[in-house]
Amino acid sequence: MNKPIRRVSIFCLVLILALMVRVNWVQGVQASAWASNPHNERTKYDRYAYPRGNIIVGGQPVTKSDFVNGLRYKYKRSWVDGPMYAPVTGYSSQVFDASQLEKLEDDVLSGTDSRLFFRNTLDMLTGKTRQGGDVVTTIDPKVQKAGFEGLGNRKGAAVAIDPRTGAILALVSTPSYDPGTFAGGSDADSAAWTALKSDPNQPMLNRALRQTYPPGSTFKLVTAATAFETGKFKDPNDETQTPETYILPGTSTPLVNDSPDEPCTDATLAAAMALSCNTVFGKIGAELGGDAVRAQAEKFGFNNDKVDVPIRAAASYYPSGSSPDGTAMDAIGQHDTRATPLEMAMVAAAIANNGSLMQPYLVAQEGAPGHAISTHSEHQMSQAVSPATAQKLQQLMEGVVKNGTGQRANIPGVTVGGKTGTAQHGQDNAGKPFAWFVSYAKDSSGKQVAVAVVVEDGAAQSSEISGGSLAAPIAKSMMQAALGK
Amino acid sequence: MSTFDVSGGRTPAARRRRAADRPAADTVPNRRNTELLMLAFALAVPILGYANVGLAMDGTLPANILAYGLGLAVLAGAAHLAVRRFAPYADPLLLPLATLLNGLGLVMLWRLDKAGKLLRNNFPATTNQLMWSGLGIALFIGVMWLLKDHRILQRYTYISMVVALVLLAAPAFFPSREEDFGAKIWIRFGSFSIQPGEFAKIILTIFFSGFLMVKKDALALASRKFMGLYLPRGRDLGPIVVVWLLSILILVFETDLGTSFLFFGLFVVMLYVATERTSWIVFGLLMSFGGAALVATKEHHVKTRINAWLDPMAAFGPHPPKQSSEQIGQTLMSLGSGGTVGTGLGQGRSWLIQFAAKSDFILGSFGEELGLAGLMAIFLVYGLVVQRGLRTALAARDPFGKLLAVGLSSAFALQVFVVAGGVTGLIPLTGMTMPFLAQGGSSVVANWALIAVLMKISDTARRPAAEPAAEPAPAIPEPAGPDRFGPPGHGAPGQSRGASS
Repeated sequence: MNKPIRRVSIFCLVLILALMVRVNWVQGVQASAWASNPHNERTKYDRYAYPRGNIIVGGQPVTKSDFVNGLRYKYKRSWVDGPMYAPVTGYSSQVFDASQLEKLEDDVLSGTDSRLFFRNTLDMLTGKTRQGGDVVTTIDPKVQKAGFEGLGNRKGAAVAIDPRTGAILALVSTPSYDPGTFAGGSDADSAAWTALKSDPNQPMLNRALRQTYPPGSTFKLVTAATAFETGKFKDPNDETQTPETYILPGTSTPLVNDSPDEPCTDATLAAAMALSCNTVFGKIGAELGGDAVRAQAEKFGFNNDKVDVPIRAAASYYPSGSSPDGTAMDAIGQHDTRATPLEMAMVAAAIANNGSLMQPYLVAQEGAPGHAISTHSEHQMSQAVSPATAQKLQQLMEGVVKNGTGQRANIPGVTVGGKTGTAQHGQDNAGKPFAWFVSYAKDSSGKQVAVAVVVEDGAAQSSEISGGSLAAPIAKSMMQAALGK
Repeated sequence: MSTFDVSGGRTPAARRRRAADRPAADTVPNRRNTELLMLAFALAVPILGYANVGLAMDGTLPANILAYGLGLAVLAGAAHLAVRRFAPYADPLLLPLATLLNGLGLVMLWRLDKAGKLLRNNFPATTNQLMWSGLGIALFIGVMWLLKDHRILQRYTYISMVVALVLLAAPAFFPSREEDFGAKIWIRFGSFSIQPGEFAKIILTIFFSGFLMVKKDALALASRKFMGLYLPRGRDLGPIVVVWLLSILILVFETDLGTSFLFFGLFVVMLYVATERTSWIVFGLLMSFGGAALVATKEHHVKTRINAWLDPMAAFGPHPPKQSSEQIGQTLMSLGSGGTVGTGLGQGRSWLIQFAAKSDFILGSFGEELGLAGLMAIFLVYGLVVQRGLRTALAARDPFGKLLAVGLSSAFALQVFVVAGGVTGLIPLTGMTMPFLAQGGSSVVANWALIAVLMKISDTARRPAAEPAAEPAPAIPEPAGPDRFGPPGHGAPGQSRGASS
């Protein structure tokens, strides 16, 4: 019976071979798919198995990894000035996942990025403790602090950009939260998480990037840009033919200015910008038409849902197909127009940078200084307006600060241009208006900064709220911090 | 011993030739020193593994590493000495291979013990397992010592049948626990439990071997040819149908897919070897597929297992199917996370498998911490055990020994395939333990007995003829039939029917 025994022997070999092929399939071919399966909790534990890389601001880490030696997690994330930097870093929690840079740069921070393989292997061979890679941001701590302290207890956001490069110097959102309160997995962490999630003030909302507001009068910059670019006006001192009372087209409703005694009738563009005449820009917008203004707005970054810094910003919105009266309102930043603080900072930055809009970015470099695995290369996002138009717009904005609504942003010895905005919102404009200030500053050495500030609930009385009084001082201190004045 | 060379219908000339081929006693290498050397390797690997776990998890060598190493060495050494004394010509690889697997299992159990609270219901298992391993090796030595010749087992053919049936039927009368997922494969007395299926595996093989040795000619020759297949006569078919029904009954009453598959597969293999008729395989496959299909449609338990095999990640979804378990999905993620070389002992997170992480699913831990490389090595070791067993079957000189060796080896192979295939998602999961590696006293004790019997057969097979000249040459072949069940009378020529006639 040896022949059948030999066959049985082959059969048994086939069984063992089948097992071998199977484990080669699972552990070889499919290995990475199983390892990164969303239900595989190892990724969660791996993130805290050894010190996580740090997020660097101004050469200093604003994050730490604390050795807690827990049952499942060896390390826990903590933050320096957590609330101030939360809109930049996001959170990284043992049980509540991660957000923003902590999430987007997780591969680098937790050291699993393939580009860190060589370094990790070297560390393993030399017996160094394993450590994630660092992420270097463009944030300037002084500007960030000025914005954060300027907003204080008020609800709002502030963004500062270097117009020449697109580097984001400040990204502030208030009220903020301390990501350290729920970085662990204890009951206290859960309670903190639940409280933050149910807070009506939405402290975990990154208002600078993820919240859109009606931009109000700050949008008049875009309308003016359209007017110059389309050739409707040639010069800031061209007179506009504006009636004393402008009736919204197709309706009997008059468009009113902030105060009835402002000299907006037939005002020049420069004067109308300095005084923020609704009638002038409403009429220009209606005459240019929604399509022309939208085309210009899109060059500044509106209607783009892929503005990644790398945190994805919410898409700012300029509508299409508005009725003629709606178009007039769209053109002064009301009605359906919506913008993020980042978007309005980009408008100011493009104007300051002679019409060239640089791609905004937050991450200068991945990997520790001297061990970079990638560095950001600056590039233009679009040529928003021609250099000539940009200079005319600069003239308009500088007028606003010199002798208009934005005088509180004036910094002696520095060229400052700005635009205020007081945006109505809510049913029948019942909500407290949003106070905006969009500006740029250039000093003689060529340093530049563009800023957008929005304050949601600046004062108890609606009548006391204006961009010039509430938002301009914050913008000013941020610009001063950026230029070192 | 050659005086009792039950070589069926072979010609005396052939027998003489075979006898002449056998070298004299003093020239046959008994390979005991090879075994000792291999045993040293088989001990070194788990001891280093033990040290590795301690270094990885505590940063220091385990305090009792010396005691552990010595304990293992004493056990393996005792087994080796028993082999030297009672089975000097036994296969030299089986003992080291079994020792290696047993040692690795202990290392992994200790590592999982150290996972502490991370593993639910994590009661320390290593000490118990070490005790059971000791008991297993004691049984191994007992078999070496007391079983003078494996053919003695032939006497117990029908007693074996009764014992095996009782063992198989018993768990059906004991309540199954919640965490057994419906499988009734244990006999429990308080906290003490045994898995009779593990012992039944060996005892049934003894019965099959004895039964088939008698019946093989009737089964092989008295058959009608139909469509190219030899069909057995109705009365010969009887026992086969009985075994088939029995395995279906196990499946229905104990919801134990694995044992059922194992016994039916074992029977078909042995039937094929005994009769050399391929038609039995076709027959067996038809019957097992028929039975499986029948039960699968009726038994919810089996359906659940099959669904879990088809979609292992369903249990993780927002609406997991009823009675579904994360085990297979967790094991696959364990294996995938281990990758090619694994995380290293003590550095994986295979405790995520949770339920049965130390028993049925222990392979997941090996896969994660030793990687693909480790699993391939483990399968290779299992493959070697099986192949040494089948080699023994080839070398055995008596049909009973051949059948017994084939049966035990293929049962071992089938069990490895059923368990490992189940946990790696190759086939639907069935509740069985990985021989030697997994936690479980019955399993480790029974498998040591299995190795002992295989080694005993190989000892008889390789042992040189005492004195070829002394062999009386019987002129007529031995008659078939019950007479052959007489005492084998090792080395006592007068007792052999063939010799005395």
